[in-house]
Amino acid sequence: MSTTEHATDDVTARRGKAPAGEKIADWADGRLGIYGLAKANMRKIFPDHWSFMLGEICLYSFVIIILTGVYLTLFFHPSMQEVTYSGPYVPLQGIRMSEAFNSTMNISFEVRGGLLIRQIHHWAALVFLAGMFVHMMRVFFTGAFRKPREVNWLFGFLLFVLGMFTGFTGYSLPDDLLSGTGVRFMEGAILSVPIVGTYLSFFLFGGQFPGNDFVSRFYSIHILLLPGIMAGLLVAHLILVFYHKHTQFAGPGKNEKNVVGMPLLPVYMAKAGGFFFLVFGVIAIIAAIASINPIWEFGPYRPDQVSTGAQPDWYMGFSEGLIRAMPGWEINFWGHTLQLGVFIPLGLLFPAVLTVIAIWPFLESWVSGDKREHHILDRPRNAPVRTGFGVGWITWYMVCLIGGGNDILATHFHLSINDVTWFVRIAFFVAPVLAFIVTKRVCLGLQRRDRDKVLHGRETGVIKRLPHGEFIEIHEPLDQGKVFTLTAHEQPAPAEIGPEVDENGVERKVDPLTKLRAKLAEGMYGEGSHIPKPTPEEHAEITSGHGHH
Amino acid sequence: MKKLSARRRHPLAALVVLLFALAATGGLYAAFAPADKAQADTSSQSLAIQEGQKLYSVGCATCHGTSGKGTKTGPSLVGVGSAAVDFQVGTGRMPAQQQGPQIPEKKAIYNQAQVDQLAAYIASLGPGPVKPTSQQYSPDGADIANGGQLFRTNCSQCHNASGKGGALTEGKYAPSLENAPPKYIYEAMLTGPQNMPSFPDSTMPQKDKKDIIAYLGATDSDKAANPGGLELGGIGPVSEGLFGWVFGLGALIALAIWVATHTTKARKS
Repeated sequence: MSTTEHATDDVTARRGKAPAGEKIADWADGRLGIYGLAKANMRKIFPDHWSFMLGEICLYSFVIIILTGVYLTLFFHPSMQEVTYSGPYVPLQGIRMSEAFNSTMNISFEVRGGLLIRQIHHWAALVFLAGMFVHMMRVFFTGAFRKPREVNWLFGFLLFVLGMFTGFTGYSLPDDLLSGTGVRFMEGAILSVPIVGTYLSFFLFGGQFPGNDFVSRFYSIHILLLPGIMAGLLVAHLILVFYHKHTQFAGPGKNEKNVVGMPLLPVYMAKAGGFFFLVFGVIAIIAAIASINPIWEFGPYRPDQVSTGAQPDWYMGFSEGLIRAMPGWEINFWGHTLQLGVFIPLGLLFPAVLTVIAIWPFLESWVSGDKREHHILDRPRNAPVRTGFGVGWITWYMVCLIGGGNDILATHFHLSINDVTWFVRIAFFVAPVLAFIVTKRVCLGLQRRDRDKVLHGRETGVIKRLPHGEFIEIHEPLDQGKVFTLTAHEQPAPAEIGPEVDENGVERKVDPLTKLRAKLAEGMYGEGSHIPKPTPEEHAEITSGHGHH
Repeated sequence: MKKLSARRRHPLAALVVLLFALAATGGLYAAFAPADKAQADTSSQSLAIQEGQKLYSVGCATCHGTSGKGTKTGPSLVGVGSAAVDFQVGTGRMPAQQQGPQIPEKKAIYNQAQVDQLAAYIASLGPGPVKPTSQQYSPDGADIANGGQLFRTNCSQCHNASGKGGALTEGKYAPSLENAPPKYIYEAMLTGPQNMPSFPDSTMPQKDKKDIIAYLGATDSDKAANPGGLELGGIGPVSEGLFGWVFGLGALIALAIWVATHTTKARKS
């Protein structure tokens, strides 16, 4: 950072003329301080685990989206001026459409490589959102959101939500029949907001739907506002990843103070750089072989036309499911119509589904009262309640997705759409609870298995017959490292609420929040939510040769 | 005259007048009716009707009744016309395999000659839409773009904008129109089979029907170009999302596992 003139002179004197690269580096260091940065970060350690690369998938697909998006902006005209199509696609020739649709047709059929870039852009968006979903779940199930990473969890969550809306504004831009239906859907959601709904809608669309403004407005939001915020959040997210250091799974030689893995340079840089091209390659292959959003099949948007099977892209699918499953409730309150059938699913449940998963880290740390830093990850089975909750949430989300595709399910599996909808209505309340219970049991079962393995060793599959005729299976003891790995996790005790009466025998006043917290802690860390891991004494006793197991 | 006039309010007077009137019309008909045409009807049309009736009593009468007037399990066929028969039997929907929310398309069991005989019989029960000629439904020279406009306005609500079909209530559905022959598209619009509304020439002129047929032929058949690659069923974002998750993210996770397992760690050995 502060290479002085003298030092440079000395080096030059000693070794003769410095190579050009070094000169440039010196020049840059004198102004940007790159040596210090490089020294601090080049040896940054990344642990090796495939699930730690899920975030990279998101990062790289985001880069791909930006690159292809820039190309698309060169040819897309965000205008709703009406034109008559005269391009090469015969079934639309002579049809009147907006300039936005016309230019998208132009990109798809006339611009060199336009359709491929469009499809890479769109497929990369689907993969980006799917990657974020899976990345988020990895962080959730391994407890990587715990202190000090709660803020980064929120950054990631915000990226996911903003990604959803960037995607929505993006696929609405071509102004085709399918996306126009989606925009209309959103307008309905806005209109259903009590009191201000109508004003909001007029504000957003510049008057009556669809108006002449929404494409240009969505364009600004899609290419400038949301990606700008996302880029900022992304940088902050990555800075925090560097600042916090990477988490790692428990194992011999790993503790809360170190990180075991490969340095950023050269190994990890090579792997990560190579992985970027793998991601780009996979997305490009998919975009080259599979069609996505074929707007020429849908035709331009007209508010008087609609197509069945009108779904949003997958990441918005759960909102579609919420609205499809919701009964069409409508009440008249003091002369004002309240469109509950739309407002409850889109105004209340939509944010609720998302928020529930976002606040879990804060809920968990409040209940556990654990204020320590955690850099060693949990195995999902060792946190049965958290894992059960996560699986319950995924189930909830998936039930909504099923609701969003209820017509496709009905036609392709020969079901009644009404039955699918009723299934979704009931499963919305029941399935997450069932998933929670089942997952928790499975986790406890796996804990028992771990305990068994530690105490009795691995089943070898070798059957031995003893002299008196008994058959036994030979168990091979685990090596020390495995035993450590399987017993490294903590099993915290739930926070106690204290005695019910004080020293004078008078009933102590406990505020209801504390009581609730104690109850939740009991549920999360109490007896029913873990199998006691083997103690060293148990292990010693069994492995000392007394037991016949 | 006075006698007649005096009894004109007799209770039986009306009856007498009626008898006279009937006798007069009957007599006039007997005198003027073209008697020769009623004899010896051996034209091919009536033969077809006879054959059709035979086929009908074997294949259709169980549900539609012996005289085509319908039963509890099948609607009356009086007045459905030859176009409806040609569509339902020609596409294999009829005879139905079983009752259900909707009778699905299946392999046709009658050949075209037999279908025509059945159609002739049903048409003889009462006037209805007539099976179209190839000139009527041929898409040659039709306006494809106008057909697309009409399709999106009238058909895509149920059949999907790309004609891949969609769900209706309680297990009913609008079938996919992929590769549907022009004749059947025309007949379906004309007669409105099963859960489909009918679009007679008074609401949708013949030319418009031709345009729609031409549009479907250009966009929803094997001849149609798919510039984007695999169609993925043509049903929009649901299949695209599934494909993206399974083959996009799935492949990337597989690659991530591959990358993560290949490290520079010294090999144990």
